[in-house]
Parts: sequence; structure tokens; C-alpha cells
Amino acid sequence: MEITRLTAVELGKKIQAKEISVREAVEASLDQIGRVETDINSYVTVDREGALKRAEQVQAQIDEGSLAGPLAGVPVAIKDNMCIKGMLTTCSSKMLYNFRPAFTAEAVVNLEKAGAVILGKTNMDEFAMGSTTETSYFGETKNPWDLRHVPGGSSGGSCAAVAAEECFFALGSDTGGSIRQPSSFCGVVGMKPTYGTVSRYGLVAYGSSLDQIGPIAKDVTDCAAVLETIASHDRKDSTSVARSSYRFTDALKDDVKGMRIGIPKDYFGEGLDPEVRDCVLGAAKVLREKGADVEEFDLKLVQYAIPAYYVIASAEASSNLSRFDGVKYGYRTEHYEGLHNMYKKSRSEGFGAEVRRRIMLGSFVLSSGYYDAYYLKALRTKAMIKQAFDQAFERYDVILAPAAPTTAPELGKSLSDPLKMYLGDIYTVSVNLAGLPGITVPAGKDAKGLPIGVQLIGDCFREDQIIRAAYTFERTREYERPQIAKEGK
Amino acid sequence: MAKQYETVIGLEVHVELATKTKIFCSCSTEFGGAPNTHTCPVCTGMPGSLPVLNKQVVEYAAAIALATNCEITKVCKFDRKNYFYPDNPQNYQISQLYLPIARNGFVEIEAGDKKKKVRIHEMHMEEDAGKLIHDEWDDTSLVDYNRSGVPLVEIVSEPDMRSADEVIAYLEKLRMIIQYLGASDCKLQEGSMRADVNLSVREMGSDSFGTRTEMKNLNSFKAIARAIDGERQRQIDLLEEGKPVIQETRRWDDNKESSHAMRSKEDAQDYRYFPEPDLVPIVISDEWIEEIRARQPELRTEKLERYRREFDIPEYDAQIITASKKMADLFEAASAICRKPKKVSNWLMVETLRLLKERGMEPEDLHFSPENLAKLVELTEAGTINSSVAKEVFEKIFDEDIDPDRYVEEKGLKTVNDEGALLETVQRVIAENPQSVADYRSGKEKAIGFLVGQTMKATKGKADPGMVNRMLREMLAS
Repeated sequence: MEITRLTAVELGKKIQAKEISVREAVEASLDQIGRVETDINSYVTVDREGALKRAEQVQAQIDEGSLAGPLAGVPVAIKDNMCIKGMLTTCSSKMLYNFRPAFTAEAVVNLEKAGAVILGKTNMDEFAMGSTTETSYFGETKNPWDLRHVPGGSSGGSCAAVAAEECFFALGSDTGGSIRQPSSFCGVVGMKPTYGTVSRYGLVAYGSSLDQIGPIAKDVTDCAAVLETIASHDRKDSTSVARSSYRFTDALKDDVKGMRIGIPKDYFGEGLDPEVRDCVLGAAKVLREKGADVEEFDLKLVQYAIPAYYVIASAEASSNLSRFDGVKYGYRTEHYEGLHNMYKKSRSEGFGAEVRRRIMLGSFVLSSGYYDAYYLKALRTKAMIKQAFDQAFERYDVILAPAAPTTAPELGKSLSDPLKMYLGDIYTVSVNLAGLPGITVPAGKDAKGLPIGVQLIGDCFREDQIIRAAYTFERTREYERPQIAKEGK
Repeated sequence: MAKQYETVIGLEVHVELATKTKIFCSCSTEFGGAPNTHTCPVCTGMPGSLPVLNKQVVEYAAAIALATNCEITKVCKFDRKNYFYPDNPQNYQISQLYLPIARNGFVEIEAGDKKKKVRIHEMHMEEDAGKLIHDEWDDTSLVDYNRSGVPLVEIVSEPDMRSADEVIAYLEKLRMIIQYLGASDCKLQEGSMRADVNLSVREMGSDSFGTRTEMKNLNSFKAIARAIDGERQRQIDLLEEGKPVIQETRRWDDNKESSHAMRSKEDAQDYRYFPEPDLVPIVISDEWIEEIRARQPELRTEKLERYRREFDIPEYDAQIITASKKMADLFEAASAICRKPKKVSNWLMVETLRLLKERGMEPEDLHFSPENLAKLVELTEAGTINSSVAKEVFEKIFDEDIDPDRYVEEKGLKTVNDEGALLETVQRVIAENPQSVADYRSGKEKAIGFLVGQTMKATKGKADPGMVNRMLREMLAS
């Protein structure tokens, strides 16, 4: 049996049925990592020994009957911006090249309680700033579908690891599309829950008011099962919300009859690759055939989302990242004279170009005299975008859109033109600004064989709607694996 | 004729709140403690940590706001103040700028024989920073984050004060209110109350303000008074010389009784304030305000009223005792035990005030228990010890909070009021001091005092001096 091709839930069932041992599952993942990692570079840290040791513990708990549940014994990879006690947590930055946290992120604690086995930490754009996973201090991650292309970002390592079957599922974080866009590029399912659903405690903050942790998996069922496990009301996170129900798997229904799906016309205009457009509209057609009422509408304000997002996210980032100063942990420059020189040199040397750019941008928009013109205006824009979505959700249950204007670009083509790269976030950032849940599901491939995902957006706290639509759509297709995943059998 | 100048002063007062735990985590706020032992990922600003607001901080802040006649902001928010310094672990301080918890209050002060209102512009909540320790020897600096995250309120007054006396009266009033609320112990020396003085001068009669400076590092009321006088004079001198006053922050050196500039307005930092995204807005409902109001303890004015009704003590004593919550608490608790308020009041008014002055302490530093004071009152009332022994015992209570019953017993300090036991001593004193005896008999009344003293000395102070006096007179008369 080819263990690595199983989904997380399938594997979990076989582990419970004693058909596969936890150790076998972990070894299968580690073997796959051994085979493909030199090509793909999904991981910053692989904790081989820790994972094998944990496998024994989990197996013992399963055997004595104290651990059941769908993810018990299932190997998982964690994006390297989530703290795990004692394990290197670098945010793919030189600044944190040696940082080992003193506590574990709440979402990861929830996974550990469910018996998932952590394989290691995945690569990302430095401090989650980027759309390609090329800004990592530890080298870029490559797209498992075509190693000449990027996996997307910033959760590119997590998405590539799932696609290349180097883990059974992964956690990512999404501030402006960082789960949904690379999921689209890598042909996997990725979900950003409603803001406040998964605790941010232990997630190294980028844009605090936008950041959400979410699952990345091979299918919608896994995504729902993982979200069900990691979501919780956490008193350690003041923005965490107590939800009336956490039973996201209840929404896994192959039925969209009567579901009202809106297609924002504004999302299908200039700048959208025709192949992506056709593929996404094809998905809409499939859902209509399955009984959904699909119609186009004007969402408005779309053109303001990118500037508002970059102002807000950069402003918060400039403050969030100020703690990395060489004083307490992480990188400190070797030679310096006095405190301020130490700050300057440590930060200039420790942060990469994109991070420095956003810190400067954020500091600028918050500086006195510019605050009202930029930051305050961006906050107002955010409120208006939320309003536009509220109005849309009076008429629709789900909004269907692309996750990105193109398929995965070639390596080395994006960073030279940051403004163009920022515009690539056009279809994802609004969801963060409005705090909405969104999911990306594979919908097809372009002529080059690169995956295209369709994004389904729901109203706040209505993950059930997008899970149902995504699940129904997914049932009409076969899951496709990149060649590199298969070679490892 | 020389120009007349008026001093215009506004105050920024920081008060450390008396919560058991820090403002955004559950670490202890206890003073002392080995460096970095009262810390956690939150108050050391570790990556991934998040603040969670301590509700008690809001309640204390709201209580102070109510007692200082402020309007409470029903939906208030925290903001981040960004600046780099190692005592500030995340390089931003969580504070309030845009929607502080309270605004537009006032307190009434009495300075000299004038009453006036000092208006409060606003009051906000924020976190304290850690402490830098510079090791000159090693040329290194170390940080202790035990104080990082200790809750503070900052109370910003309007520029309504005109003299050091008014400033001190305002600070004393604030301190009294806050101590009465139990919201802080307000000790200037320990830094649980800190005041920055904004001061400018202008020609008498002018209605525009002069350029102001901000004075920091003021650790006592005396230092504040000296700094105000010093800065007033410095600014007047500048103006007299035709030089401008520069808007700047200055640091007071109380040893040198002078100040030096720390930073001018030009290199003032841009703090890049913005709303703290990790905390949700605080909604303070009318019901919550009423709850806090209902829990508000009796404040000084009410207490004074009640003392006049309930206790037969002089008005002046009542004024002094109620001026400090600590004193008032001691008075009431000791009186409740021994039921002799007048005696308790005497101990507080005379011996306690004397010892406080002698030891350079504030009433808030008192640490003896009302039980022991009450016992002392009972011992003296019962005549078990005489008044000079009582003073000695009281000093022990004041310093070490000893149990007077046990102390008197162990040290054998009980008054000897058994004539039989004293007879021998008195006879011996008479025999040993023929000159004094002769003086007394020849009408020198003063000589009896010397003989009483000798007898007291011989009994190591334990005798009842009244009884000794009577016995001596009787024996010498015969």
C-alpha cells in the first residue's frame, strides 16, 4: 500500500483499524521527505527523532484506547511562524535563525491533543511577507508540479509539502491570501477560517487584525476535520471568538441545491489570465448543474482592497516586528558601537529586503502627519469593504472567485517588481479585510500543467456554506497528484 | 520696575495600580523578587504572545475616574506607542491615546486659605516598562522585566496650577483619593506614584501661555517643590536676558538642585500610535459603572463627617487621621477593639507622628497591627504599665509590631504598685540622698522630683511614679 497518497482522514481510519501503525505513517512521510526534499525544499526543520518518538507515544495511547479521533497518529507539518516549544521557529528569517520558543501555539497544542504527529516546520516567505516563498532566508520552495515555478506564498512550504505528499496535512497562516493562493498554485485545498476562529496565540504576528491560521490538505474532508481540531475559544487570545458550534465536518454534504452563489463581475475583468478565468467559471457551471443558483453581481470597491490591505498589514507589521532587535534572542550583529548602532545593524542585516520594505512602508503610514491620510483612510476603506460583503451576503450564500490572477509564476520573476506582485493578491486580500472565511479547491490546470484553484468565500461564521459548496464541487473531480509525489513510491 | 511673572503648571501623574497581577498577563506585580522571576512570554514580549486585559485594572481606573469627577469613555481602546528601548521588550508600549478611559474631571484643592479646582484633562491606562541595570564595571547593561506589564494610570491635568504649593496640594489630594480607593499605595520614593511637571512662565496678566518645559525624575514632594522653584527662576532668567525658553524635556537632579535638558521638541520621537489590534475595545456599560460606584469605599470627606458624629476626638485630630487612609484604618480598627478612640487617637497624634518624622517615613509605611495598639491602650488604662514604659513599648510596636502583652511579661515591665514592694526602695533612696531630703524639708519642692527620679531609676522605670511621689511625701512629712 502506498501510504503517502492517503488523505489524513483515510490514514487516521486505518491507524484506528490497526491496518497501519503510527510509526509506519511517520516513516512513510520521512521517506518521502528524504526523496523529494532536495528538489522541493518545503521544510526549514524536519524533526525526525521527535516525530518517531512521538509516534510511539501516540501508538501506545491509541492501543490503550485513550486516543481515538480522526487525526490520531497522522503526520503533520507546521508553518514556521507557529511557535513549538523547544523547536526551531524561524519565520524563514535570518533574524530568528536560532530561536526556540518557550511555549507552543494554541492551534498546535490542539493538534497535539488530537494525537497528530509533528514532522517539522515548513518554509515560508520571510515573516509571511510575500506571495512566492522566495523571500525565505533558507532558500525558495519549488512547486511540486513544476520545479521551475514557485509554490506561491507565503505558506508555500506547507502547500508544497502537502502536494508532494511529504506530510498528510499542514497548517498555514493567511493574512492576505497566504493559504488560499499557494493552495491554488499547488493543487491542494486550503482554508482561511473566519477571523477569531483559530487562536492566534503562538502565531508570530504579521498583521494582527488580519492573521488567521488554517488547514492545508488534500481534500475538503481533511480541511474540515483539521479545522474542527484546531479551532477553539482561547482566553489567551482576546480576538478569539466563542463559536456556537465547532462541528465543521457536519457541513460535508454533497448538496448545493438552492444554494445562492454570487460571482463578482469585478473579479473577472482585466488582469485575469483567460485560462484561469475559464477554469473558475467552469467550476461555477458545475455547481449550477448540481443545483445551485449562480448569478453575477457587482461587488464594488475591489480596486481599493490592495492599497488598504498593504497599508494596514504593513503598519501592524512595522510594530509587530519591532521586537526583533537583537537584544533578547535571535540575530545580533557581530560588531557594533552602542545601543542604536546595534539595533540598526542587527535589523538591517537580520531582515530581508521585502520585510525591510514593509517595515518602512508601515512606519511611514503611521508617522505623524500621514496617519490620517493613509492608515485612517485604510481603516475606513476596510469598513466599507466589509459593508459591501455584508450586502452581498444578504443575497448570496457563497461568493465564487479566482484565488489568483494567474497560475504559479516562474521562479525569480516576481520579486523584481513588488507592485506587480502585490497586485497578485487582488482576489484574496478583501476576505482578510472583511474577516471572512475562504477556501480554495483545485479546479483544473492550465496548458502548462499548473494547477488552478477556485476560491469560495462565505459570510462570517458560515464556514458550513463554503465547506458544503467545496465538497460538492470536489466530488465531481478526481484528486490529481504531481508526478514527483508518485515517483516516491 | 521689574516685571511680575506668573507660573503656569500642569502635571502628568503616573500611578501604579495595586492589582495582584500584571495588566496583560497573570504574573505577580509584587515588588522585589530576583530579576526576571515575575515574567512570562507575554510581559517579555516573546514572539507569538498576546495580551489579555486584567479586568481589575479597568475597575481601579474607573474608580479613580469617578472619584475625580471624570467622564468615563463608554467604549475605550488601547493603542500602541512605538519606540525602541531595551526596557520595553516588544519595543512598543500598550497605552491609550485616541480613546482614553476617562476625560474632563477635576479635584478641589486647598492651598493657603484658597480653594480651587484643578481640572483633569484625561486619564489613561498603560503598562509599565522593565528596568535597565547598568554595570559600569563590566560595561554592560542588563534588563529586569519584573516591572514590565505592571499596570499604570496616567492622570493628565490641565495647566491650572500656579505655584509649588498648589502642585503639592493637588498631588496630596490625588494621593489621598487613590489610597482611599485602595487603587494604589502611591509611594513617590518607590515609584508607585510619579509626577512629571509641565511648567511655563508668563507676564502677570497675560492670557497666552509661555513655552513650557517638562521636568522628569522627581522622587519626593520636596524635590517637586524645589524643581518648580528652580525651573521658574531659570525660565524667568532666560526671558529677562531676552533669550527664548526652548520646549524640551529636562531631568531634575535633586542633589545638585538643578536640571539639564534631556531632549528638545525637535528630536522628540514620533511614537506612531495606532490602535492595538491584539485587544478588543472595552465596553464600560452604565451597569458596570454603577457597580463600581456602589463598591466605592467611603472617601475622606464622608469619613470626616462620620468621625465628627461617632468619635469624641478633636476636629484637628480627625483631620490629621483621615488625611491618610492607612492612619484612618488603624484608628478605626484599634478603636473597635479597645473601645477607647480618644486614647488610640492620642497614640497616633503624638507618638506615631513623632516616630514617622524621626524615621523619615510616610503614614503609608506604617506596618503595625491595630490589635497590638489596642492591647497597649488596655495595658496603660489598666495601670499595668506606666506611661513612660508604654512609650517604650509603643516604639517596639511601631518598629517591630511586637505583642505588648508578651513583651511586658517577658521584660518584666509591669508597674510595681505594691507599696510593700516599693517601701524598701523608697527608704533606701531617702537614706542615700540626705541632701535632697534636707532640701525638700527646707521647702525646696523641686527636690522631690529628683527623689522620684532616683526611685524610678532604682526600679528600672517599673514603679508607678504617682505612687512613688505620694509615698515619698508621706514618709518625709513624718
